[in-house]
Amino acid sequence: MPTYQLKVNGESKSVDVSEDTPLLWVLRDHLDLVGTKYGCGIAQCGACTVHLDGNAVRSCAMTASQAEGKSITTIEGLSEDGSHPVQEAWKEIDVPQCGYCQSGQIMTASAFLEKNPTPSENEIKSAMHGNICRCASYNRIYKAVETASKNMGS
Amino acid sequence: MSTTKPIEFSRRGFIKTSSLASGGLLIGFNLFNACKPNVAPPIDLSLLDYNDFNAFIKIADNGAVTIFSPNPEVGQGIKTAIPMIIAEELDVAWKNVFVEQAPLDTKNFTRQVAGGSQSLRFGWDALRQTGATARQMLVNAAATKWGVDPSECTTNEGVISNANGETLGYGDVVKEAAMVEIPEKVKLKKPKDYKIIGTDAHNVDIDKIVTGKPLYGMDFKREGMLHACVLRPPAFGQKLDSFDDTAARAISGVVDVVQFDDKIAVLAKDTWTAFKGKNALKAKWKEDKKLESSEDHNDILDGLLDGKEFNTMRADGDIKKAFADADKVLERTYESPFLPHNCMEPMNFFADVSADKVELIGPIQTPERTAKSIADILERDEADVSLEMTRIGGGFGRRLIGDYAIEAAQVSNITKKPIKLVYTREDDMEGGIYRMAIKYRFKAAVKNGEITGYHLKEASFNSNMYGLIPHFFPAGAVENYQVDVANYKSDISTGPWRAPYTNFLASAEQSFFSELAELMEVDQVQLHLDMLQKVKGTTDDRIQYSPERLENVIKVAVEKSGWGKKEEGVYQGFAGYYCHNSHVAEVADVVIENETPVVKKITCVVDCGIVVNPMGALNQLEGGAIDGVGHAMYGDLAFKDGKPLSNNFDTFRLIRMKEAPLVECHFIENEYSPTGLGEPALPPAAGAVANAMKAATGKRIYGQPFTKNPELLTLPKKEILG
Ligand code: FES
Ligand code: FES
Repeated sequence: MPTYQLKVNGESKSVDVSEDTPLLWVLRDHLDLVGTKYGCGIAQCGACTVHLDGNAVRSCAMTASQAEGKSITTIEGLSEDGSHPVQEAWKEIDVPQCGYCQSGQIMTASAFLEKNPTPSENEIKSAMHGNICRCASYNRIYKAVETASKNMGS
Repeated sequence: MSTTKPIEFSRRGFIKTSSLASGGLLIGFNLFNACKPNVAPPIDLSLLDYNDFNAFIKIADNGAVTIFSPNPEVGQGIKTAIPMIIAEELDVAWKNVFVEQAPLDTKNFTRQVAGGSQSLRFGWDALRQTGATARQMLVNAAATKWGVDPSECTTNEGVISNANGETLGYGDVVKEAAMVEIPEKVKLKKPKDYKIIGTDAHNVDIDKIVTGKPLYGMDFKREGMLHACVLRPPAFGQKLDSFDDTAARAISGVVDVVQFDDKIAVLAKDTWTAFKGKNALKAKWKEDKKLESSEDHNDILDGLLDGKEFNTMRADGDIKKAFADADKVLERTYESPFLPHNCMEPMNFFADVSADKVELIGPIQTPERTAKSIADILERDEADVSLEMTRIGGGFGRRLIGDYAIEAAQVSNITKKPIKLVYTREDDMEGGIYRMAIKYRFKAAVKNGEITGYHLKEASFNSNMYGLIPHFFPAGAVENYQVDVANYKSDISTGPWRAPYTNFLASAEQSFFSELAELMEVDQVQLHLDMLQKVKGTTDDRIQYSPERLENVIKVAVEKSGWGKKEEGVYQGFAGYYCHNSHVAEVADVVIENETPVVKKITCVVDCGIVVNPMGALNQLEGGAIDGVGHAMYGDLAFKDGKPLSNNFDTFRLIRMKEAPLVECHFIENEYSPTGLGEPALPPAAGAVANAMKAATGKRIYGQPFTKNPELLTLPKKEILG
């Protein structure tokens, strides 16, 4: 089995997995980073979203080799103690119902706000459209992104 | 009417206390025994051990309070609401309360179920009594220490005070309190004095959720465990003929392949390899009868509706005569397809079966029933079986059925290894236990401007509406009223789905009433209100809803939504419904964007009694309403030769951010016992939307999903031109 060198949440990791293993399962099964969730496996739901050099990507739809040499951030590494403005907004608005989709939602929102700190309503909705929440906490996801944007600006 | 009957119980039967070796006081209570009427107290309390209890309050020497919540958390916020109620009567500050999930007591199999929005309703009295009893014991202990009468003592946020100005913290008297006799009569707070109930409390797991801590069954790991993925018959009605596992076994990391029932499990070192191994299996399937397709289903349901074989669930007066005498008759048939649950967290379970024990860990809404089935199937003593619940990534009824936990136990039993069984999304959608396809046929007789007859027929698969649903509105409001049901036994497995039966019945019925109001040339809301007048003062105690409470939510919804007063370009639809012990009225606003009608907003007014945690309650209502709209608009699971035609989110459409309307909720304030919130907002939502769409487009939609016939969601030509 090939060995891959990955940089995850600022740490260098080496993993031995078959070359077709999606990054999602490398993170979950081999690096014990289970905050990144499996929802569909085909890039449709966004539950597995992580940052790759700051961009939100679907970890179920890429392999470890595609992530080599790049900096991977997962929900566990978004902040040290849950104090990223997006995490703070998620807590303030109390977004989650079952909560399963929420790490993906937070990762999408944080990468988006990094690039567009003062988005319009439509921009927020378009940015979050790719992340399914089966519990339909969409009203609160919207509010939390809006809140995070405000707090990041102040 | 049975919505407000108090539940009686004996306190001695469900509370026990003792001091902890580690210091502190443990109060155990059997919540669900406590909720059952007429429970006999156990013979000798001292013989009970804590396995008899499914919920505990622990008060440490330092006064810290831990509440072990007995109910599995599927996202309905019960893990927050139950401790809030206990903490209120215990009179401690919410910020000093820690909440833990209590494990299943497998020795006595007490009832731990999350479903049907019932948890709070059954628990309300018992939870308050428990908190108040614990508080009284602490007070009695303090009073004895001071040599004063307990009635002279007061409490506030975990501190007991007496008339002389002396104070003691709860932690200071826990040792003594454990010896105090359990008081038989305790005083409960008045709702106006509540300090915790009715305030916003955040999800108790919020910090863990936003930082990605392991919480769910999917996240569970045990050193040395294998990952299992199962190949099941691809079509409902098929059985395993033979299989070849050579290619699967050749994959590096695949450890074993085992067959059980008509299924084959691949065990591997990691999840991905297990998925790959399953896909590499070559299996032959067989069937001994015709496999079902959606066209067959359609014909079967029509056949049932046109036929004569029905179970009559309720019959008042003489509907035949009412229809014969009518001035006008309206008859309409509404239809809805099979629906998967699509919980965001796919089905999974951990099992470790060995000679001396059966250990089960995972997301389940019916731990008791599932542990018992597993004991039966594995022919094990129930005492060998332990089951621990994880947080649940969505339930919607799916996790009331423990088939996936049973599979995990079977695979571990064969291999005698600890395994975690995981469904792929495709497994989850194809091997589901679905909401059955249903058709409703409504027929109403109108004479002299009044509805004189109402006949509802239900055709469904495997089962029909049950229990009290035939006594929901409009039962009692129409003199000649009949509900008939019939079903066909299908190979496709079906089961409860969020708000069972009413999830589609409400939508269809509320749309039918809208059309009926058009026929009668009255406002739909007015028609509803007029009908409710006839139910007031009814002596029929089968009637489930309260006409006064339903009337009230409707009136508030009219006011809050601006019903009938909207500016041009906003099209409204109304639905008023009672289910799951709550009364709800919803108004949908549809506007035209880019020449397309778009659902912008749902105004939702709810009477669910006392609202324990408004922040959690609102989340449930918003989600429920959007879920109702989403499935009505897009949800469709069709079959071809027994195979579902959708198996992932590329072919099964779920509502997403841009399609989700804003949900504006209002609660009716009153002092009724709280009722559930996970379900009631869902059923009326689709009806309100269908009626608003009709207002916008002039076209009535009789089938779900609404998008199935896109023509129905377009504006008439003149509107586009004009
Ligand atoms: S799991 Fe990757 S997008 Fe759904
Ligand atoms: S909170 Fe349950 S899927 Fe989003």
